[in-house]
Amino acid sequence: MLLAGVRINIELLFALLVLGLLVGTLVALLQVYGGRFFGTLASGYAWIFRSIPAIVLLFLFYFGPSEFGVNIPPFFAAALALGLRSSAYQSQIFRGALQAIPHGQMMAARSMGMSRTRAIFLIVIPQAFRISIAGWSNEFSSVVKDTTLAYVVGLNEVLRKVRIITDRHYDLAMLAYLTVALIFLVLTYAGNWSLGRLEKRLQIPGLQMMRGGTREV
Amino acid sequence: MSLLKIVDLHKKYGNLEVLKGVSFTLEQGETKVVIGPSGTGKSTLLRCINRLSPPGAGEVWLDGVEVTDSKANINELRAEMGFVFQSFNLFSHLTALRNVRIGPIKVKGMNKDAATKLAMEELERVGLTDKVNAYPAQLSGGQQQRVSIARALAMSPKLILFDEPTSALDPELIGEVLTVMINLAKEGMTMLVVTHEMGFARAVADEIIFMENGVIVEQGTPSQMFSNPQHKRTGEFLHKINELYGESD
Repeated sequence: MLLAGVRINIELLFALLVLGLLVGTLVALLQVYGGRFFGTLASGYAWIFRSIPAIVLLFLFYFGPSEFGVNIPPFFAAALALGLRSSAYQSQIFRGALQAIPHGQMMAARSMGMSRTRAIFLIVIPQAFRISIAGWSNEFSSVVKDTTLAYVVGLNEVLRKVRIITDRHYDLAMLAYLTVALIFLVLTYAGNWSLGRLEKRLQIPGLQMMRGGTREV
Repeated sequence: MSLLKIVDLHKKYGNLEVLKGVSFTLEQGETKVVIGPSGTGKSTLLRCINRLSPPGAGEVWLDGVEVTDSKANINELRAEMGFVFQSFNLFSHLTALRNVRIGPIKVKGMNKDAATKLAMEELERVGLTDKVNAYPAQLSGGQQQRVSIARALAMSPKLILFDEPTSALDPELIGEVLTVMINLAKEGMTMLVVTHEMGFARAVADEIIFMENGVIVEQGTPSQMFSNPQHKRTGEFLHKINELYGESD
């Protein structure tokens, strides 16, 4: 029964991460390359979604549409609320990474006749992506746990299942919560481990990450 | 018709006028060396030529096409002008081979096999056949600069602009880069080189251009400039450079 709930958490996690990745990348690109107008717009977006508590966002996305007579399923509302929130955090990871790529490489690409867009996609993004993995891993650990917040809009995720159990068997509460804690320990560890592997695999030879800094070896 | 013609080029950064009307020409196969104190506008001049930094006024003509024309296809024109940077600026995530072939593939639409073959040839030309699969961070500065020269060559440019190509290198690595450049000059590559390497200038320059404060003070053949400079400042500068860098040949 708990595992059925966890499955929903994992589905929500994937949905929100994918949405966050897509929107976050776009916001970061606009912030760095979008010029003053789009840059300000993107910064404003990142500011708003990082400022509002996750629970408030969940309520807004779930109850907001019903004000206009539109009922959206809890999963959808949660994925949207938490996904857009995550996109704001992810955008700042990507923005930092984009800005960390030496400008000289962009100049070199332009000097051989590459368009700006192509240089961004062929030269800057592939490197920025690699740098982002460490920060992204952190964001992953954070949003894994945020999926349990979807409980407040009635999503049948793991915490709601626990609640159903404890309503009937109060004595099992501690055990149930410990089980949930264990499940998230495992989920977080598995995710971070995979991302660590990915980071290692994509590492640029000669440029190893050592104690948080990139050094030439 | 000159391969490169610069007419009255001006450039301002805010209120600071860096280029105050620079004009000269470069013929097919010629090598010209630009010298002058730092902050004189030499690098700015090179960047204005391929519009990496847009000039304020004046004209640049490449092989009869006006580069400074706002309607010109700047990417197409840049592909015809190689640029070698002081800080190499290799793409860190690509091997030497991929650094060299990315331009032909992505800019010129060459197929991968042909581009790989071409890149191998250019890397051989700069003496790096054993480093084709190395990443920039695994190469010495001199090797990185040679890869960047190969990267410029792979585009089969009409000319190459060099912006202080040896200034970031340890003294013992300068020679290998200069050797490559001297060979290129002798093979007939058209080159405009900003450098303090007077040995290089003596060996291959058809003309030395001495710039100061945004203008060309004097230009002439190396022997003329070294033995009989017309302006006092030219003589003083060359003397100082010789004291600082010595003669490398």
